[in-house]
Order: sequence, then structure tokens, then C-alpha cells
Amino acid sequence: MLRDRLKSILRGPVAPRAAGPPAADLSRARPSAKSGKNEVFRTRTSRGLEQFVGGLNDLSGLSILDLGGANQENVNFITGLGHKFYSEDFLRVFQEIFAGDPADQSNPSRIEYFLGQVLDYPDEQFDGVLAWDLLEYMEPALLSAAIDRLARMLKPKGYLLAFFHAEERLDTVPCYSFRIEDVRNLQVCEYGKRTPSQLFNNRRLEKLFQKFESVKFFLTRESLREVIVRK
Amino acid sequence: MSVWNKQRREDEPSGPFSTNSLRPAPPSQPVEIKEIKKEATTLSSMSSMTVGRTEPDTLRSGVATIGKAVKIVGEITSREDLYVDGDVEGTIELMEHKLTIGPNGNIRAGVKAREVVAMGAILGNVEASDRIEIRKDAKLVGDIKTARIVIEDGAYFKGSIDIVKTEPKAAPAPPRHQPATPTPIATPVPAQVGVAEAKR
Repeated sequence: MLRDRLKSILRGPVAPRAAGPPAADLSRARPSAKSGKNEVFRTRTSRGLEQFVGGLNDLSGLSILDLGGANQENVNFITGLGHKFYSEDFLRVFQEIFAGDPADQSNPSRIEYFLGQVLDYPDEQFDGVLAWDLLEYMEPALLSAAIDRLARMLKPKGYLLAFFHAEERLDTVPCYSFRIEDVRNLQVCEYGKRTPSQLFNNRRLEKLFQKFESVKFFLTRESLREVIVRK
Repeated sequence: MSVWNKQRREDEPSGPFSTNSLRPAPPSQPVEIKEIKKEATTLSSMSSMTVGRTEPDTLRSGVATIGKAVKIVGEITSREDLYVDGDVEGTIELMEHKLTIGPNGNIRAGVKAREVVAMGAILGNVEASDRIEIRKDAKLVGDIKTARIVIEDGAYFKGSIDIVKTEPKAAPAPPRHQPATPTPIATPVPAQVGVAEAKR
């Protein structure tokens, strides 16, 4: 049974299963009940999310920015903790502005325009930022500018949660959206493939977040590196 | 033509707003519109009432309606529910009532209502004392203050959400028992932020 389970994990994205008890990490897969697209929802534990929420120290009334666009689950979770929820549909604006032209992401005026659209907030506004896997979509110049802006927007001791694919030689990676189920579980919706702009190993990630006070990594079974950084 | 249609035509008032698109409210429940600028609206387009295709029930139940070919600049206050499928710039206040923004609705206004259902576009801050529902094709850019929120997948939302927890309304006190100080209805969120920051 364990062997079957391992095989199914190694096969990659999990197809919907008819039945079976949930496992600890990659507990269940199900076809989307929310749309007619080829989306697969899974729920898995997330140490990064656990650390992010734990870092909020049971406080309430904090300001949390979700760059993944608003969805009901994340709004419920964040506001349920007593925090103020801010939403930016980062990917939608990114795709509208750059429309698949990577060269534009090195153009300073386009970079400034993009950041003005999605990260136009005062310094030290947020206690936490949920960046999910969105930073991975960007070319180096844009990414560097975005990280600088995020660092400014975070309060001291504020947290940022970001995901990066851990495999360093991939032509395509899955597109995900993330919904918070509870403190340590995430619903991961896989809805297609994309070509990664950059792939990161630990050293590159440490360099990317060198302006932050600390960087922690957690590797998931889907070869995602969950990164929690503290300003 | 059916009896239904005849009945509805007889009910239609005359005058500049004599269509279903912007139906004046009965005297007991006035819709007050200040500083109106009406732009490029033909009578035929106003009377086409395309909003009826999306929410026919609301029309029949006497909801005030702004049709998709109507543009209003100014303040709207209403003491009945309002359906907006046109353009509004300014402010909309329906303190105890429901505001529905139709799929063609384009609001550039601050909104205050008991309940807000967004199917079109809103640019402005929204206060919904009871709930707000942002449907899948809606676009909302602004800050939301509400007790409950529903966001459908596919909706575009940019801004903040402040959940204001309202305490259940107490039974109305007899008139002779006037409380010395008013009872707070909900803890203001800025105060919570202050507390949290102080703890930090």
C-alpha cells in the first residue's frame, strides 16, 4: 500500500481519486467543483503557512496583503483571525501589462508603472504579505524591483510567504492558485502549465531576500520550496 | 399583449424619468437624486429596460432602477432598494436597503447600503452594514467595510476588507428609560489596529 502511494506521488500531479483515506501531506485530490476548467484541487499541509500565521503572534487587527487576488477562503481565514485583508490580483495585472513580452520587464518605466498598479502602498503598511508563487513569474529586473518594494511595504518583523519550484531544470511548471483551509492546510488548485522565468536554488533565494532579516525554507512533496522571510 | 404588460404600462409615470429605467419612488419611499446630469439618453433606450433580463423579479417588486443607458452625476439617496445598470458618479446612500449593480453598471462613487450585490464595476469605497456579494464578473476597486462578504471566483477585487462585527440588536427599550451613554454597536477596527500595534 505504501509502495502504491509512493508510485502515485512520483507520477506527478495527482488525478482525482475515487475514495481513500487522506494521507498526512498530500491528502486528497479532487476535480474542481467550482468551475468547468481542468482544475485539480488538492489539500496539503504547509509549514510555510503555519510559520506565517504563527508569526502573527495571536495578534489581531494586523494588515495582511494577499497578492493572489481575493478568494472566499483566504478572506474568511484572514478576517476570521481579526486582521484587515488587502487584496491585489498581481498575476492578472502582470499579464495585462507585460502580455508575454519578457523584454518589457527590463524597461524601467514599465517596471515603475507595474509596481504603481499593484504595489502602491506606503512604507511599512503591512504585517504580512502572501506572495504565493507569483514572484517566480518575473524576470530578474522586475523581480528585484518588486522585492525592494515589498521590503519597504512590510513593517519591521513583518513576514512574507512565497513559493518557488525546487527543481532547477524544468521547461514547464504547473500554475497554482492557493486557498487557505486552516492554519496549516492549503488548498492547491492546479490549472495549467507555464514556462518559468527563473528557477531558484537556496543560495539564489538567500541572495534575493538579502535585505530581510531571516529566510527559512520548507520543501514540499510537490517540489515546491516554501519560503518564509522576515523583515 | 397580455394583461400583465398593460398593467405595467399604465403604472409608468410620465415626465423625464418616465420609464422603468429610473422609476420615481412613491412618496413614502423617495429616491432623492441631487445634481443630476443626464447624458445621451434616448427615451427608447431607457424604456428598453434590459435589466429585466437579468433580474426580472426585482423589477416586478418595485425596486428603483437605473437603466444601462442612463448616466447620473451627483448624490443618490434612496429609501428603497435600487438596481443600477447604468453609470453613476458621486455617492449612493441606501442606508437600510439593498443596492444591486447590474452587469452593465459602472459606479464611480462611494456607496453606503445595508446590502450590496456587485455584478458590474465599482470604483469607490463600499460600506455594507449587512453584507456584500461580489459576483464572478464583477470588478471592485476600493475599500470595503462590512459585516459579511461573499466573493465568487473570477471576481476582480483590489482594496481592503474590514469586517465590522455588529452585535445583535438589543430589544428596543421603553422611551422613558433613556440610557445615560449610548451603547457601542461594534468595536471600531482602527482601535483594534492600535491595540495590536501597542502589543507588538
